[in-house]
Amino acid sequence: MTIAIDQGRTKHASRDVTAWDRLKVNRNWLGFWFMLPAMAFLILFLAYPLGLGIWISFTDARIGRVGNFIGLENYEWLWDDSIFWLSVFNTLLYTIAASVFKFAIGLYLALLLNENMPFKAILRALVLIPFIVPTVLSALAFWWIFDAQFSIISWSLKQMGVISQNINFLGDVYWARFSVIFVNIWRGIPFVAITLLAGLQTVSPSLYEAATIDGATRWQMFRHITYPLLTPIIAVVMTFSVLFTFTDFQLIWAMTRGGPVNATHLMATLSYQRAIIGGVLGEGSAISNAMIPFLLAAIMISWFGLQRRKWQQGESND
Amino acid sequence: MTDHPAAIKPVSLKAVLSGSSASADHSEGMSYLESLPRRIVTLYLPLSIIVIILLFPFYWMALTAIKPDEQLLDLNTYNPFWTTAPTLKHIKKLLFESYYTRWLWNTMYVAIASTVLSIFASVLAAYAIVRLRYRGAHWVGGLIFLAYLVPPSILFIPLATVVFQYGLFDTPFALILTYPTILIPFSTWLLMGYFKTIPFELEECALIDGASRWQILTKIVLPLSIPGLISAFIFCFTLCWNEFIYALTFLTSVQNKTVPVAIVNEFVDGDVYRWGSLMAGALLGSLPLVILYAFFVEHYVSAMTGAVKE
Repeated sequence: MTIAIDQGRTKHASRDVTAWDRLKVNRNWLGFWFMLPAMAFLILFLAYPLGLGIWISFTDARIGRVGNFIGLENYEWLWDDSIFWLSVFNTLLYTIAASVFKFAIGLYLALLLNENMPFKAILRALVLIPFIVPTVLSALAFWWIFDAQFSIISWSLKQMGVISQNINFLGDVYWARFSVIFVNIWRGIPFVAITLLAGLQTVSPSLYEAATIDGATRWQMFRHITYPLLTPIIAVVMTFSVLFTFTDFQLIWAMTRGGPVNATHLMATLSYQRAIIGGVLGEGSAISNAMIPFLLAAIMISWFGLQRRKWQQGESND
Repeated sequence: MTDHPAAIKPVSLKAVLSGSSASADHSEGMSYLESLPRRIVTLYLPLSIIVIILLFPFYWMALTAIKPDEQLLDLNTYNPFWTTAPTLKHIKKLLFESYYTRWLWNTMYVAIASTVLSIFASVLAAYAIVRLRYRGAHWVGGLIFLAYLVPPSILFIPLATVVFQYGLFDTPFALILTYPTILIPFSTWLLMGYFKTIPFELEECALIDGASRWQILTKIVLPLSIPGLISAFIFCFTLCWNEFIYALTFLTSVQNKTVPVAIVNEFVDGDVYRWGSLMAGALLGSLPLVILYAFFVEHYVSAMTGAVKE
């Protein structure tokens, strides 16, 4: 009886391995099907549009009309366009100023939150709220805070006797730039602080104890323990921060729409205005493509910064 | 792409917020070296200033949403930092005299649909990259990370023409199908990190027992990576809710808009008395995310740090 069953089994197991059986366990074949949904999305809605955007920038396409190839004309036109150069300047100013302060205040906040104190968990959770709330909605709150007539800041400063007239936060060229940069810093600090905090918590406390015994000051501890150990995570966080600040759109659009007199137009908002509102798709694409070299430069800098650190710390580059 | 993220993970997951890990306690060990006055000046004072600045806009938003109109515009008669006669007028106006509920529904619908789509695609992709290790998996992983760095502001013009060509313009599908391009790279990267931490011996056992790859994925890997899935899910949901430029470009009719776009476009008119309902709209639009956040703080942080660490 048992023998019969065994025979049956062996027969079944030793049936010829068909090509289909081989295919079913083939890594590449399986991998292809597993990757298919993600790849379909990324090719149809990311890679293809990316290429298409570069093509559109070489044509005179308008909304509702397929353009003809006109070579570099859009770019030549932009080269002589002072508003475009103003937007490049604004974008660089916005990115550099905001990133520097985001990094400095974010790191400071992370160091403060890393201390031992009561209500630590609640504080850390509260700090992240500006990052959770949609940017546009908090930008609207700031729009109201920076209102020309009913600004609470102007009112408070007037009560304190610092100023006699309302500050025209979003109507004056310099104040408008200051205000949008301020809001961007406000919005970016939680991300930087919480991610750096996660990095800080991996630093071994015994290093600080040893340094204290050796008589190191707080600054020396930060400079020679915290900062070197934190560098890899700083590089990644700041790459993301720079990238998203550079291509920012929604904050500006909610608060100033590029005004006053284009003083806060970033490249992203200018390309939206030219392409979607003005209908000149070719020129708009040219403006947004002009961001690509800057983005590549930012990625390269942080990438090589990261590599160098890895090498210094003796990790393998796998 | 080093392995140390796996070593960091157990600490950063819970400890970032609760501060309960061994290393987070270190300052307690040495904090007796500092006197209380010194701690007030170097720690509590700067910390409270930063926290107040970070939270003030939300207080102001909420206060504006419940203040009567005359108090909003008269800063001198009434104390502007408080209100004695809160009113629900603005919120009522928002809910019953505008499309606001419709917009909320649109946002929710788009966010959930594209999040589910993206998580499905990312789970498969992440598993294939980490565990199937097909030829070129390493490169595909790198390419997906690069895709994460492509910002929507570069893509929205060509995407608008693509969406138009596919006949999706001004429908929710325009957003449901384009948001995954932002979400898939992020969640694939996050899930890859999670899948790497699952011991592959488990899978080898299952393979010997005759399980197919699909069975391994659904019966072994996914149940073990539920925290990662929750993190990816809520983070994607938040990103969708937050998204602005695609929604602004691809949707034109008022009823189809999402909350952020609708508030910016439909409430901003010349009316001096718009502030109350504008702030009520901003408040109600952020509440769902804040509530979600309150329940899943830890997952949130692990998603944020997980995406950065690799």
